[in-house]
Amino acid sequence: MQKFSAWSLLKEAFGGQQGWQPQWRRATPKAEYDAIIVGGGGHGLGAAYYLAAEHGLTNIAVVEKGWIGGGNTGRNTTIIRSNYLFDESAQLYDHSVKLWETLSQVLNYNVMFSPRGVMMLAHNVHDVQVFKRHIHANRASGVDNEWLTPEQAKAFCPPLNIGDNIRYPVMGAALQRRGGTARHDAVAWGYARAASALGVDIIENCEVTGIRRDAQGAVAGIDTTRGTIRTRKVGVSAAGHSSVVLGMAGVKLPLESFPLQALVSEPVKPAFPCVVMSNSIHAYISQSDKGELVIGASSDAYNSYTQRGSMFINAHTLAAICELFPAFRRMRMLRNWGGIVDVTPDRSPIIAKTPVKGLYVNCGWGTGGFKATPGSAHVFAHTIAHDEPHPINAPFTIERFRDGRLIDEAAAAAVAH
Amino acid sequence: MLLIHCPYCGQRPELEFRHGGQAHVARPADPSATSIDEWADYLYLRENPKGLHAERWRHVHGCGRFFNALRDTTTDVFVSTYRCGEPRPDGGSAR
Repeated sequence: MQKFSAWSLLKEAFGGQQGWQPQWRRATPKAEYDAIIVGGGGHGLGAAYYLAAEHGLTNIAVVEKGWIGGGNTGRNTTIIRSNYLFDESAQLYDHSVKLWETLSQVLNYNVMFSPRGVMMLAHNVHDVQVFKRHIHANRASGVDNEWLTPEQAKAFCPPLNIGDNIRYPVMGAALQRRGGTARHDAVAWGYARAASALGVDIIENCEVTGIRRDAQGAVAGIDTTRGTIRTRKVGVSAAGHSSVVLGMAGVKLPLESFPLQALVSEPVKPAFPCVVMSNSIHAYISQSDKGELVIGASSDAYNSYTQRGSMFINAHTLAAICELFPAFRRMRMLRNWGGIVDVTPDRSPIIAKTPVKGLYVNCGWGTGGFKATPGSAHVFAHTIAHDEPHPINAPFTIERFRDGRLIDEAAAAAVAH
Repeated sequence: MLLIHCPYCGQRPELEFRHGGQAHVARPADPSATSIDEWADYLYLRENPKGLHAERWRHVHGCGRFFNALRDTTTDVFVSTYRCGEPRPDGGSAR
């Protein structure tokens, strides 16, 4: 693997940029692996990297039906935060934030992590009470989160309209300063590059069509569009298609898949210093380093695999953006797209063993999986390597729905769904 | 925006409707005699098919009535809509 450094950049600059090599090997499937990860997004590639780097499993592969990072990893609004209400969630997401902080150095790949602060706006008395409850819960478990008055919110984010001339005026905000954004593609590419260098085969354009089982019912291999591959361990990290892949092994999960949309504006000069989220009137906005305003809309109400969604969902979000940030009213939107998110009944993920021996699943991230990429990948790798969950993901089982031990971020309303 | 055929009012825009989740989910007749796994399935497990999906819609900003629809989740095309109580028109299983 070519190492990136100031020296290597300088050398290539004077060498006409002709010396760069592909960032990961183009692998063809072998007959057998020690473990296979299904799904080449950030979560899957990250899990492969940690399996190789921390658990010594290097005879492994990541199979991806399209190109790596082409699913939700490349379609989200890149928001990173950990201000969830329940201890289990706060621990999981904060584990991730801590890994984000050093990820560029660890991978020797600039993932452009930018802890510029995530500010969540309160527009009514209920919001104020809920956010303050979150702040106290977070601080009690060591996660930073603080309350801002409308004037303090305006000082932190000058384009914000805190006047009372809008339908739902800003009554305050919760700010997590360690939150921010990262470059989504770089996360997939950085993990792929580092994993490939450790011997992991990254196999693109390889769709899983079946999961093979032995006489005892344990995983024996997978059927793919590029042939059958033998393995005793399969980790499914297939986001919106988790139900489809797990269905091949007869495992049913409490998941529903919905389209979630996002859009970006034309690029402009730096005008927006942080991430702002408004759950009540539904607006998510930040500015990429390229200058585009990155805006997240809500999910559609019906389950679907179309990667589209209805236009009025975007219009609704833009109406809220225009009220909160009047300066953006004449901005033109460049592109919009959809991804398919898999949602659990309690809006918390499942990172667990399944009833099938050798089959593991990391799914149910719903609308908020990007922020969790490193942490989720890290504990998922631990679960696969040891056949036992890491203490951080131990509560995120499938059985919690049967046992009534929900991690009910849906009711906690930490995020809009 | 989807155009949805309400069996009572005809074709209307999606904004007039509210999605009601998977159709034909029957509550166990005797919950206390139902095993914990069956009860969890009833509460939380949904088909989430990539293909034809039988689902409930309610025409909230119209006649206010519930009805069922058969929609392809790979295209969002409505194959048919039908009234509550009628069987699934393609003969597919309820669960």
